[in-house]
Amino acid sequence: MTEKTAEKIRITDSTLRDGSHAMAHRFTEEQVRGVVHALDAAGVEVIEVTHGDGLGGSSFNYGFSLEDDVKLVAAAVDEATRAKIAVLMLPGVGTVEDLKLAHDAGAAVARIATHCTEADVSLQHFAAARDLGMETVGFLMMAHRVEPDVLAKQARIMVDGGAQCVYVVDSAGALVLGDAQERISAVVKEIGHEAQVGFHGHQNLSLGVANSVLAQQNGALQIDGALCALGAGAGNSPTEVLVPTFERLGVPTGVDVQGVMAAADEVVKPFLHRLPFADRGAITQGYAGVYSSFLLHAERAAERYEVPAHEILQKVGEAGYVGGQEDMIIDVALQLRAERERAS
Amino acid sequence: MSEADRGARETVPSPGAGRRLSAAIVGPGNIGTDLLVKLMRSELIDVHSVVGVIPGSDGLERARKMGVEASAEGVDWLLKQPTLPDLVFESTSAKAHLANAPRYEEAGITAIDLTPAATGPLVCPPVNLDTLSDAPNLNMITCGGQATIPIVHAVSSVVPVPYAEIVASIASRSAGPGTRANIDEFTQTTARAIEKVGGAGRGKAIIILNPVDPPMIMRDTVFCAIPPDADTGAIQESVEKMVAEVAVYVPGYTLRAEPQFDGPRDIWNGMARVAVFLEVRGNGDYLPPWAGNLDIMTAAAARVGEQIARRKATS
Repeated sequence: MTEKTAEKIRITDSTLRDGSHAMAHRFTEEQVRGVVHALDAAGVEVIEVTHGDGLGGSSFNYGFSLEDDVKLVAAAVDEATRAKIAVLMLPGVGTVEDLKLAHDAGAAVARIATHCTEADVSLQHFAAARDLGMETVGFLMMAHRVEPDVLAKQARIMVDGGAQCVYVVDSAGALVLGDAQERISAVVKEIGHEAQVGFHGHQNLSLGVANSVLAQQNGALQIDGALCALGAGAGNSPTEVLVPTFERLGVPTGVDVQGVMAAADEVVKPFLHRLPFADRGAITQGYAGVYSSFLLHAERAAERYEVPAHEILQKVGEAGYVGGQEDMIIDVALQLRAERERAS
Repeated sequence: MSEADRGARETVPSPGAGRRLSAAIVGPGNIGTDLLVKLMRSELIDVHSVVGVIPGSDGLERARKMGVEASAEGVDWLLKQPTLPDLVFESTSAKAHLANAPRYEEAGITAIDLTPAATGPLVCPPVNLDTLSDAPNLNMITCGGQATIPIVHAVSSVVPVPYAEIVASIASRSAGPGTRANIDEFTQTTARAIEKVGGAGRGKAIIILNPVDPPMIMRDTVFCAIPPDADTGAIQESVEKMVAEVAVYVPGYTLRAEPQFDGPRDIWNGMARVAVFLEVRGNGDYLPPWAGNLDIMTAAAARVGEQIARRKATS
């Protein structure tokens, strides 16, 4: 890594989006302003602010937001002096109308997320985002579920539809080192000459940062993190760990190490109810390849129906449920309870 | 049914069945092809033709093999035919239907719209089939709407429902290019129908495509906000009665579990909640039984066509 200067990478912080899962989507405007202020001061270029399940995610199925997304986006835009504010949307949950409202509130980056085999449902949203003049990012979730070549073809669909960057998203925290490396390489080979490639890691097997480094070494130029790892499952790659790690590797991020550590320690940590942790449920997610956002829903169903959360998550993994199917967690809990009643 | 049987039925209608109507299917994709199989069994509807835009497409070839006239020359071809159909079932895309709808109306053809274009009144058979007007265009909402709106209506006929939300999960393989290009229209049209037809104050719809192999059977979840003191027994009874009504035309429409009631919560504005978990196993007419989304949509559309035939016979 010392023979030549590495190309600068861009860190996107998702504390206020993926972290929303861990906060049960109950961020206050004051918390949003505090986090944006600290990240912006540290030099983080893109800050994502949305319900954990994206625009339109506020619902019975995913949990109702305390504050409207658009209001929080407007507050973030108001607070930022340099950083761009990004929003996430999942076609099927949010719509172009939601995207327009977020854009009107000042959001500059549209991140459009689909399951890793369903890229073609995002085309109307990329077209709309480009028409609005937004920067576009595609998000191929649950990337462990398909082989690298299949993933690369899906990235191609997004780029042809207007995505300027496509992320390999390890939603389940299930990619183990080489798995991440191969997927990034395949996507870079397919789209690298016309779009950037990004990586979004989770800590369910504690590999978020290591996978992010491998991603960068294989050509990824955008990397996601979250302060204090605040995110679904065992959390995301911690932004305050990514930044010093890349600095030690000689990879510029444009982010101040002390500033981002202070943001995690002084701004986020004080308002957390629980620190993200690889407990039995979260490890099961990484091991069985289960969407990280399902964790708290499984814990709630476990309490309501008196069956273990890790058993629910194991079953959900076996059934192959994808991001968005939170309702199936209740269904699985009901089936498990019925099985137990029959056995006793 | 053999060609001879069909010919016999055309001239000798079964008692009380009224005049048989002729119908074209425009858009021979997954939905159009599944509908074709159902209409070929109908005692009240004859298939006039199947119309597409891709020569040699699987849907057109299947229609020809079933002895139905098929054209790849689109609606232009259809409207040039010496005998026009009484009905057209359109299963293209919302955009295509918006362009075609005025042309059907001008030609005096009643359109049954299976796209989420939703230009005409929204129809869900067990809720409002009896009140069908003579509108020139009737919209079948969406597959997720056909699966869930009966349940929203069953709840809202017992207690006020200020908010209802549905989650429809379908197998990726059953979502053709039209569905994929119309995801926003799906959620918006379904949400509107949850309000207008289902009777909820506000509606929200979510659709998820799942690529798991073997494919997952269509699943739908209905969440309704209900008053904290709601009569849960009456709601359960109403839901179970409605499931039986839908099962008359979609036999694979079943409850996965009893309706789940959760008490009031602050984050639900003090409302309580009922959650209903449904499975929709299809008839396997075109795609295999996991594609319940096709089955419930086409079975509902065929029912609407047959109701129009009955009305015309008695009017």
